[in-house]
Amino acid sequence: MNTEQIPVWIILGYLSLLLILGLTSLRFFRGTAADYFLASRGIGSFLLVMSLFGTTMTAFALIGSTGESFKAGIGVYGLMASWSGIIHSACFFLVGIKLWSFGKRHGYVTQIQFFRDRFESNTIGLILFPILVGLVIPYLLIGVMGAGVTIEKVTAGAFPDLFAGHGSGPTAVKPGSIPYWLGSAVICIVVLIYVFLGGVRGAAWANAFQTIVFMILGLVTFVVIADKLGGVANATKMVQEHNPHKLRRSVRPDDPLTRYHGDVAVYEKKLAKWQAAPEAKRGPKPREVRKPDGISYLHFLSYLFIPLSVGMFPHLFQHWLTAKSAKTFRLAVVLHPFLIMVVWVPCVLVGAWATSAVIDGSPVIPYGFSNPNAVLGLLVKKLTTPVLSGFLTAGILAAIMSSLDSQFLCIGSIFANDIVAHYISRDRLTDRQRVVYGRLFVVFIVLVTYLLALTRPGGVFTLGVWCFSGFASLFPLVFAAVYWKRATKAGAYASILTTAAVWVWLFAKSGYGANREFLYHDMMPVATIITASTVALVVVSLMTRPPSPKTVEKFFNKA
Amino acid sequence: MNYLIYGLIVLLAILHQDFWWWDDSETLVFGFIPIGLAYHAGVSLVASVLWALAVKFCWPSDIDELETESATGQTGEHA
Repeated sequence: MNTEQIPVWIILGYLSLLLILGLTSLRFFRGTAADYFLASRGIGSFLLVMSLFGTTMTAFALIGSTGESFKAGIGVYGLMASWSGIIHSACFFLVGIKLWSFGKRHGYVTQIQFFRDRFESNTIGLILFPILVGLVIPYLLIGVMGAGVTIEKVTAGAFPDLFAGHGSGPTAVKPGSIPYWLGSAVICIVVLIYVFLGGVRGAAWANAFQTIVFMILGLVTFVVIADKLGGVANATKMVQEHNPHKLRRSVRPDDPLTRYHGDVAVYEKKLAKWQAAPEAKRGPKPREVRKPDGISYLHFLSYLFIPLSVGMFPHLFQHWLTAKSAKTFRLAVVLHPFLIMVVWVPCVLVGAWATSAVIDGSPVIPYGFSNPNAVLGLLVKKLTTPVLSGFLTAGILAAIMSSLDSQFLCIGSIFANDIVAHYISRDRLTDRQRVVYGRLFVVFIVLVTYLLALTRPGGVFTLGVWCFSGFASLFPLVFAAVYWKRATKAGAYASILTTAAVWVWLFAKSGYGANREFLYHDMMPVATIITASTVALVVVSLMTRPPSPKTVEKFFNKA
Repeated sequence: MNYLIYGLIVLLAILHQDFWWWDDSETLVFGFIPIGLAYHAGVSLVASVLWALAVKFCWPSDIDELETESATGQTGEHA
């Protein structure tokens, strides 16, 4: 066995453990739809904490947080993590528990069932369905593509007799790498097996296990990298000397900007080479290096809207309904901000250190390195052993799969319960048929996602923040549905359609995601969309007939 | 008590906008964590504490009634 194969065996060992979990969860399956989709509403506190945290923290929590900090400095913690700590728990406490109680009382399995009853509209589901599924699919694709690329990169040189490399430049695949199509297929199959067999219970168990794995591995990686950089104090000192703007949210005129100048030098060399090449042989023009300009107050503030997305995530809704009792939520509400801090602080520090880390006179991350999401992987590869590299890859895959499983299952659940059972079969399906359709649709969604991932749609990674913005902008709908008796069917339609229209308008203004730093009036686009969505909901609700007394009684009578 | 706890959560959200640390890369906590990061890690910890207080003092009373109903088998279960 060559050393390049070590990560492969660690990953395979990890995936085998997941399969064992899936098979074990099958032994607890009672054969009913309530058990498949909601674990018979019997998930306890610990599993709920872990499954909610694992589902909301994607691979972004490890590699994205490091990459964003490398790019923009420590301010990303305040932008993304500490806002999430406050707002996610608010959503669990104020919306999740209420929705759990409605689900328990009226037997809901999906969001659409709740909205149909609350807004007295059978067709609202037909409008919400394409929006919810359309916003989840890019999220799924990011997971599957991220898994395929991660495996391909980390296994370079592992099996040179089996897989030849191809391509050149930054997208080259080195000889011996497990190909993208195979890596992403293996991840899809593993997730499919434990979700197919165990339903939401299988997903919750796997999430708990995977969340523990990625938290521990994140901390171990932090300690090892800090040690290799001469200790935590030395690692930070190097940043203070060379790129102090990465330790704050502003850029001063006298900042040395060492990395920026290094990147510019590499860019100028590449540009000169590109200009000197014959026109027919020129590749794409090198991308200009953006001068750091800090984070503005408004930009920082407007990020508070993004985490509201968890209030409308269909997969979170499904996890909420699995809770054994309302009290089960208590631990999740309290621990969520703390767990975010445990995962994010080390990653953000490592990302800032990576900008300035120098060993034996050369930067650990070379100048001109333009893929922030690959920073953590490169640090681990350069500074640690193949064993830790294998375990960290398992941790990254854990973070990816702990979100993928819930998303696959919730889309299968929406198809089976809303589209087939309600709109096509007019609620005449038997309990067993619902389980069969649920499983069939999970297989279908996994297959469709995999096939789409094979085409490697280029812009999908830029869609991530737009998906979050879409879900967050629908938050006023769910909040009003739960707390405002006067919210009407017409108000709900107005809010959904306004969200869709403003989202599309701003998405087009951003060049359909091409401008990754797009801000509108110096704020995240979500600030504008959510304002428009709220105004539409309130104004149209007040102008139209209130909901019937029966509906008000059903959702607002405390007895 | 409800108002006090929700008020403190709103205050935390306001204090999240820490313009006073915006330009500081010199102050380090424990000798290695920049103050802008340490402050926000603190915001996360305080958020956990405030949500613990919310769970204790602002728990919705109607939910407990549902728990009682649930124990006596009066809830709907169609799925």
